[in-house]
Amino acid sequence: MTAGPQTLPLSFVRRDAVPPAPAPALVSGPLAWLRANLFSSPGNAALTLIALAIVVLVAPPLLRFLVVDAVWSGQNRDACRPEVVGHPVGACWAFVADKINYFVYGSYPIEERWRPNVFFALMALGVGWLLWLDAPRRDLGAAYFFVAFPVASFVLLSGVPALGLAKVPTSLWGGMLVTLVVSLVGIVASLPLGILLALGRRSRLPIVRLFCVIFIEFWRGVPLITVLFMANVMLPLFLPGDVSVDRLVRPLVGIALFSAAYMAEVVRGGLQAIPRGQAEGAMSLGLSPWHRMRLVILPQALRIVIPGIVNSFISLFKDTSLVSIVGIFDFIRTIESARVDPAWAAPTVVMTGYAFAALFYFVFCFGMSRYALFVERRLASGQKR
Amino acid sequence: MTASTLTAPATLPDIDPDLAPQNTSATRLASAPEAVTLEKVNKWYGAFHVLRDVDLTVRRGERIVICGPSGSGKSTLIRCINRLEEHQAGRIVVDGIELTNDLKRIDEIRREVGMVFQHFNLFPHLTVLENCTLAPIWVKKMPKAEAEAVAMRYLTRVKIPNQAAKYPGQLSGGQQQRVAIARSLCMSPKIMLFDEPTSALDPEMVKEVLDTMVGLADEGMTMLCVTHEMGFARQVADRVIFMDEGQIVESNTPEAFFRAPQHERTKLFLSQILH
Repeated sequence: MTAGPQTLPLSFVRRDAVPPAPAPALVSGPLAWLRANLFSSPGNAALTLIALAIVVLVAPPLLRFLVVDAVWSGQNRDACRPEVVGHPVGACWAFVADKINYFVYGSYPIEERWRPNVFFALMALGVGWLLWLDAPRRDLGAAYFFVAFPVASFVLLSGVPALGLAKVPTSLWGGMLVTLVVSLVGIVASLPLGILLALGRRSRLPIVRLFCVIFIEFWRGVPLITVLFMANVMLPLFLPGDVSVDRLVRPLVGIALFSAAYMAEVVRGGLQAIPRGQAEGAMSLGLSPWHRMRLVILPQALRIVIPGIVNSFISLFKDTSLVSIVGIFDFIRTIESARVDPAWAAPTVVMTGYAFAALFYFVFCFGMSRYALFVERRLASGQKR
Repeated sequence: MTASTLTAPATLPDIDPDLAPQNTSATRLASAPEAVTLEKVNKWYGAFHVLRDVDLTVRRGERIVICGPSGSGKSTLIRCINRLEEHQAGRIVVDGIELTNDLKRIDEIRREVGMVFQHFNLFPHLTVLENCTLAPIWVKKMPKAEAEAVAMRYLTRVKIPNQAAKYPGQLSGGQQQRVAIARSLCMSPKIMLFDEPTSALDPEMVKEVLDTMVGLADEGMTMLCVTHEMGFARQVADRVIFMDEGQIVESNTPEAFFRAPQHERTKLFLSQILH
């Protein structure tokens, strides 16, 4: 037992297991964590210090502006003017509080605003149902979200006089309502369309493949702003005179097709990552091409490209703010028009408006990103390869 | 490292005349109906002639082992039988159905023919049980509960019923291959194709898979196995086929094949794999 390696006899049999020993202090514990993660090398230590310095420089003024010096209530610009209140003024949240209904609904008639509220509730229900992975009857949830919910939303928001719901023209819609409608339609339409295009691009039929390639390359080759202008200005030229497409639907279709082209390439990347053996395994069992794709290939391919899909969703969500340039009053546009209100002319109002917009977009995008991460981890824990 | 030496009995062609089935099998098979018939089958990959005038008749219940050097076309041959590869000339008839471009017939044949691959080709996103029930549910329209009962029966047969809820990635190679066999059996195939089922396995796992295959053979399954496990060939095969350069060079009972190979190429090949 005491024999070292030098004196080990030629024939040797160990009879006892070496008992596990506790790790030394520098291998586990908070000190070890610090050393491993923040100060593992001189370069890393320098970066840690620089990052710390930036936090020290940036965080206090930001906090002072957004929280400490901020004005939380008030009726008009006087609440946010330093010469009136007599101390330095940070963010003018009173402005946001005063305009919040405009930011949420745009010019949607005040007496009808319960309709967008019901829409928000229906949307929250559908999104929650689909995103909660252990929810009961998720198939029903999908049917609700992709069929019942869009129909109900359309009836609710634009109104059907026969049902006692007054028509509300889309020119009155605005704010977060429009931003959510546009991005929801874009997201819901672009994924299935993108999957179809990706499959088409890998099809063995030359005509289908050619069509998909042309479609994808066309939309990817044109800037979104151009698409929106074209949808707005040129589409009516191609349609018969008595047919007019709603001014909100035009950019909606443009955005959906635009993001479908990007989605197609993301999905194609996932399809290419699936080994050929998977299709062969499915074929040998007699599964039809449709079942092979739906049950074997696509679930795996989509799982691989979750980061790419969410990336597309996030950028689509933010790109919806471009619809403001074709005259749609989305959330950004409502802030733009509210900030010039003379009743609220105060030095920090503009900054407050933009800070609020940033917060809104950040909450949604960060939420999507974290949710995707959670899904990825959860799927990975089940099936490590 | 040490484990590899333990599995030697499974791979060594130990000569045991009691295990050689050919004496009884000749009479058993003579009257059996034809399960697979290949007539002058030819296939090219581009300009490369992979299969050259291959003729082969497999009777129901017959066990055939196909061996040969790599690139000799043995995998391609059995992959043509369930149309994973397309042949360009000749006739292939499986269970009375001729393979043509008719997709319906191809699906029909694939339902009758199970296949086990070198790299298992299990579906990693589905549990072991779901792997086994997928095809019965979607192809045979079997109710889920029934499909699960069938799957559990076959998983028990390959001795891994307790792994049913796991994902393939959590199993060892040998276990995965046994799941793959169970998955094929769930479709109650009449013919089983094995494409080098043990080549990707760690040595200590070869035996468990071969044992499963021997069990299948004992039950009278029609089997075509591309394998270099000569011990297996000796134990269960009715016929051993040697392929080279896309042709069947020699076909004989395992007894005669190993004791007295006729063709020079066969002798050379055997001398290289049987040390």
